Amino acid sequence: MKKLDRNQMAARVARDIPEGSYVNLGIGLPTLVADHLPKGREIILHSENGVLGVGPKPAPGEEDEDLINAGKEPVTLLAGGSYFHHADSFGMIRGRHLDFAVLGAFQVSVTGDLANWHTGGADAIPAVGGAMDLAMGAKQVLVMMEHLTKKGESKIVERCTYPLTGARCVNRIYTDLAVIDVKPDGLHVVDLVDGLSFEELQRLSGVPLKRLATAA
Amino acid sequence: MIDKFFASAEAALKDIPDGATVMIGGFGNAGMPAALIDGLIAQGARQLTIVNNNAGNADAGLAALIAAKRVRKILCSFPRQADSWHFDKAYRAGELELELVPQGTLAERIRAAGAGIGAFYTPTAFGTELAKGKETRRIGDRDYVLEYPIHADYALIKADRADRWGNLTYRKTARNFAPIMAAAAKCTVAQVRDTVELGTLDPEVVITPGIFVQRVVKIAPLLRKAA
Repeated sequence: MKKLDRNQMAARVARDIPEGSYVNLGIGLPTLVADHLPKGREIILHSENGVLGVGPKPAPGEEDEDLINAGKEPVTLLAGGSYFHHADSFGMIRGRHLDFAVLGAFQVSVTGDLANWHTGGADAIPAVGGAMDLAMGAKQVLVMMEHLTKKGESKIVERCTYPLTGARCVNRIYTDLAVIDVKPDGLHVVDLVDGLSFEELQRLSGVPLKRLATAA
Repeated sequence: MIDKFFASAEAALKDIPDGATVMIGGFGNAGMPAALIDGLIAQGARQLTIVNNNAGNADAGLAALIAAKRVRKILCSFPRQADSWHFDKAYRAGELELELVPQGTLAERIRAAGAGIGAFYTPTAFGTELAKGKETRRIGDRDYVLEYPIHADYALIKADRADRWGNLTYRKTARNFAPIMAAAAKCTVAQVRDTVELGTLDPEVVITPGIFVQRVVKIAPLLRKAA
């Protein structure tokens, strides 16, 4: 079995985002998706601090401190891009105008509950940012995460043990092992990495998975 | 003649009392009214309630205000950062209260205050810890959480250009919270890069009309290092 690395995961997500989509990429791993969007496909990136049409990183020395993304990194603006204030920006999110939000996760449950903001530790200082708004607002919530924790436990779980970001909000999970759709009747495996059998994925995941009819 | 221009941050901030609720604009360094925050530190008001997206970074700005023990409570969405050590220390010592608000709910609560809305239902945070104890309601096929506006005594914001009526333009993503905070506060103080004659700003590009702005202070931008 060949696990996908972070860039391969990003490329796998990027492949599924169609022309004309409005997309918010979460901080961290999801940000990598921007580097893998197929050339020639017009996809408009939203950043919740108030910009549509986020472009690539500026050349060294060309950074503008007034032009950053939600991760507070310097970015550029594409021709056709626009700026707006925070209430409008989150109105776009909450008002179901974004086609996709791609988010990282600690855990996703079999019913699509998402936990990605807080470990719940007694001494942890909580910070949520826009995660809950994106989870509840985007038309499609795509999660991107490693399939297993460092200890080898599945991050796809029967019930999240970490505090929830949103209930029943995840539509599809992209991991380094598989692509899995969250549907009302359970988890459907869409794609597996080379050399990984459905049975092995099922064993590693520890929650019931269904084979896609076409992938059988 | 209306003239909202003030000669200095000191003059524009001198009446902020102890216990005031102060909104501070900015997301990261973009739109952060650094000179006004420095002015607030120098001014000395205590027991402040601060509304900002974060809770200070490194040792300057809001972080310095916290380090100086002027803050009683913070409403924000993302306090914990790699360099939020002043907040972390004060929070762990129990010296300040944190009200954690999802970022979009924070923005909408601020907007609601400026727009005269009594409360609103949002789907954000339903079923999570951040909705605990709050009223909820099912409307159609979705569940919502009742949220109330955040009003402020003062808003300290940064804009790009202003005229003496207080009309403001912004630069790029530095706009972020400023327009909604300006509307939500009884007294809005704007730090601007430049002041211009009335009639110079194209009315089509004024983002914050002067009705929302009470005081304007011109702060020359720091010179950038030569390339």
